[in-house]
Amino acid sequence: MTLLYTEVEEELRTAVRDLLADKAPAAAEGDNAAAWNGLARDIGVAGLLVPEASGGAGASAREVAVVLEELGRAVTPVPFLTSSVLATRVLLDAGYADIARLASGEATAALCVSLAASPYRDVTTAAVDADIVGKRPASVSLENERVSGRFTGVAGALGADLFVVPGEDGLVAVVEAERARVEPVVSLDVTRPLATVTFDGAPAVVLDGGSVPEALLFTAGLLASEQVGVAEWCLTTTVAYLKERRQFARPVGSFQALKHRLADLWLEVAGARAAARNAADQLASGSDARVAVAVAAAHCGEVAVRVAEEALQLHGGIGMTWEHPVHLYLKRAKADAIAFGTPGDHRTALAPLVGLPAPE
Amino acid sequence: MVDATTVRQRAEAFLAGHDPASMSPLDWLRARFDAGLAWVHFPEGLGGLDAPRDLQGLVEQLFRGTPDNNPSRIGIGLGMAAPTILAYGTDEQKKRFLRPLWTGEEVWCQLFSEPGAGSDLASLATRAVRDGDDWVVDGQKVWTSSAHLARWGILVARHDPDLPKHRGLTYFVCDMEDPGVEVRPLRQITGEAEFNEVFLTGVRLGDDLRLGEVGDGWRVAQTTLMNERVAIGSAGSPRRTMMGLFTEDWQAHPELRTHDLHRRALDLWVQGEVMRLTGQRLREQLLAGHPGPEGSGMKLLFARHHQEVSALEVEFLREDGLTYDDWTFRRADGVDFLGRGAGYRYLRAKGNSIEGGTSEILRNIVAERVLGLPAEPRTDVAVPWKDLPR
Ligand SMILES: Cc1cc2nc3c(=O)[nH]c(=O)nc-3n(C[C@H](O)[C@H](O)[C@H](O)COP(=O)(O)OP(=O)(O)OC[C@H]3O[C@@H](n4cnc5c(N)ncnc54)[C@H](O)[C@@H]3O)c2cc1C
Repeated sequence: MTLLYTEVEEELRTAVRDLLADKAPAAAEGDNAAAWNGLARDIGVAGLLVPEASGGAGASAREVAVVLEELGRAVTPVPFLTSSVLATRVLLDAGYADIARLASGEATAALCVSLAASPYRDVTTAAVDADIVGKRPASVSLENERVSGRFTGVAGALGADLFVVPGEDGLVAVVEAERARVEPVVSLDVTRPLATVTFDGAPAVVLDGGSVPEALLFTAGLLASEQVGVAEWCLTTTVAYLKERRQFARPVGSFQALKHRLADLWLEVAGARAAARNAADQLASGSDARVAVAVAAAHCGEVAVRVAEEALQLHGGIGMTWEHPVHLYLKRAKADAIAFGTPGDHRTALAPLVGLPAPE
Repeated sequence: MVDATTVRQRAEAFLAGHDPASMSPLDWLRARFDAGLAWVHFPEGLGGLDAPRDLQGLVEQLFRGTPDNNPSRIGIGLGMAAPTILAYGTDEQKKRFLRPLWTGEEVWCQLFSEPGAGSDLASLATRAVRDGDDWVVDGQKVWTSSAHLARWGILVARHDPDLPKHRGLTYFVCDMEDPGVEVRPLRQITGEAEFNEVFLTGVRLGDDLRLGEVGDGWRVAQTTLMNERVAIGSAGSPRRTMMGLFTEDWQAHPELRTHDLHRRALDLWVQGEVMRLTGQRLREQLLAGHPGPEGSGMKLLFARHHQEVSALEVEFLREDGLTYDDWTFRRADGVDFLGRGAGYRYLRAKGNSIEGGTSEILRNIVAERVLGLPAEPRTDVAVPWKDLPR
């Protein structure tokens, strides 16, 4: 195992970074098709987790993590996390026959689970349990290979070609998008908007063997790498700005009150990178990654938010504008800290694993 | 390049020929040094094999259970004096000092800080005046850990007060047996005295005890301080940690657990694990030949983590937290974090953010050297030392 980046991983990073630099202007205008086509078709990121025999690249969580770092650095609105990681992971486990469609990036899929779902709660019972406050689908039934139900808080749903609906006992249903009603939700994170997805007796292919909680845990562990990317952009951009911006006849970055804050942030980001690499490595090795994932998710989630908040503060008035990109990072960081379990959820999950059982 | 196989063969051959049971520990350690198995990354003839640094772990593993040189007692020698001697010493100095330093026969101390010069080390006032082939040293050092045990000290002194402060410094090895050296214990908040004040009065040091050129003291001292940080940053993960001790307490006392403490304990557990992984990543970078800047940050992490875990432990223990194991004023052999009680840990950990560069100074270093932020305007750099305001 290594916590560093391999040469292959660095090459992949460079390819993704160059491509995003090229396509970012279009993506900023709301047209993410060019970025996604380039990532999926030219670089092949959509199929990283898919075995070569099924039309993918047969890579591992480590490479996925590097792509996520870059997508975090650019807050690119592409469905990589939601389709190529989360939905793909469920469909691979369930043995979906047509996975090559996703691997090529020609189609994308969304898992009908709220972005706020925790890997430590059973989302399938949550779906039928009317007591899960506010955020529950009105009803779900998965009968006769037809799906009905309403799913809120679904990321990656806008523009998806397929929906993956979790049922009980490891059943998952695959529904084509034209049989779903997708209503956009005005979302905090403008670069990863949510939607409500409704099915009314939609015909489905029902598969057996997908584990939604495991896929959520896998995705939570990799989200940490996206959070590292977000934090890194915020730190680098802020350091550069403070070297340039002058007040009181000197660069504001020469004031010790700010230097110490940035030194602390740098340390937190260094720790986040180590934790995120460790989670990716453990997920790639297939060993029990629960501790590594929980540590990375708990730490990186908080670090990304803190660095983004500090970045805004240290930019002064310009940081409050819609025009400056720092708000995109703050919104992504805050949303990411709720996605797939909050830092608190992940710390709580650690308790029995590390010998710190909760009080009676 | 010496590889793992060679190192393993050497170590196994050495063990076959040197049964620790039939030799005195010191003879065994000397023989180990002479076999190049002390610190394998050091040069041949100086206790090493010119091997990559990471192979040391293999040696330690193979030598588990053999006599050890009590590394915590000779930490300053191993972590600071040795790399500085290796970088700047003459061949004679390397031959003379490194072997007894490593075997623990000769303890080293660090004579840097003074009453008037702590964070601003370059402002120090101890004078070294050339007298024929010798130097005569006068001044006072303070907070000198292990001076009472030390045979030698690494010493920075001012040879020329007319030069600006960084330029008038020269680096020496101080003979602690010189009659002009007086060591007085300073009692610490833990009750004992790990550190001392050291009075230097007409101490005569031969020019062969100078390390580096006259006037090069600041540069040589930077090597010492950098190695101190690397040593702290790249130390392997200890088998037992403060968090591990806390966890044992937690398991032993279900009746003391509260939800508030639980939340904070989990927070610190994550913090400790992130610190461990950061250190592991740093070591990997060092081994790959890209020493990362994380080294300067590791000490900041250690200091904060130790302080927060020990503080939580004292609070968790409630009535036991109100007791202390021993206030006796004695001269300590070193730091005993894991052997002593929670109160000692809490108090001793306070020093972690002061010794070896305060956390404020380390943040300055990270901000300026790692992030490249501009230095604050200074008025003390170009002026002759003797004209600086005090
Ligand atoms: C347990 C222990 C063991 C030690 N062992 C040794 C030893 O063996 N040998 C040795 O030579 N020394 C030793 N020291 C001394 C240690 O290196 C100094 O205490 C340390 O460098 C700080 O110097 P000072 O005590 O003079 O504090 P000062 O430098 O006076 O600092 C006072 C406060 O001001 C802050 N400060 C100072 N300058 C700045 C700045 N530029 N920006 C922001 N804040 C600043 C400091 O962080 C600190 O909080 C030891 C200290 C301790 C606590």
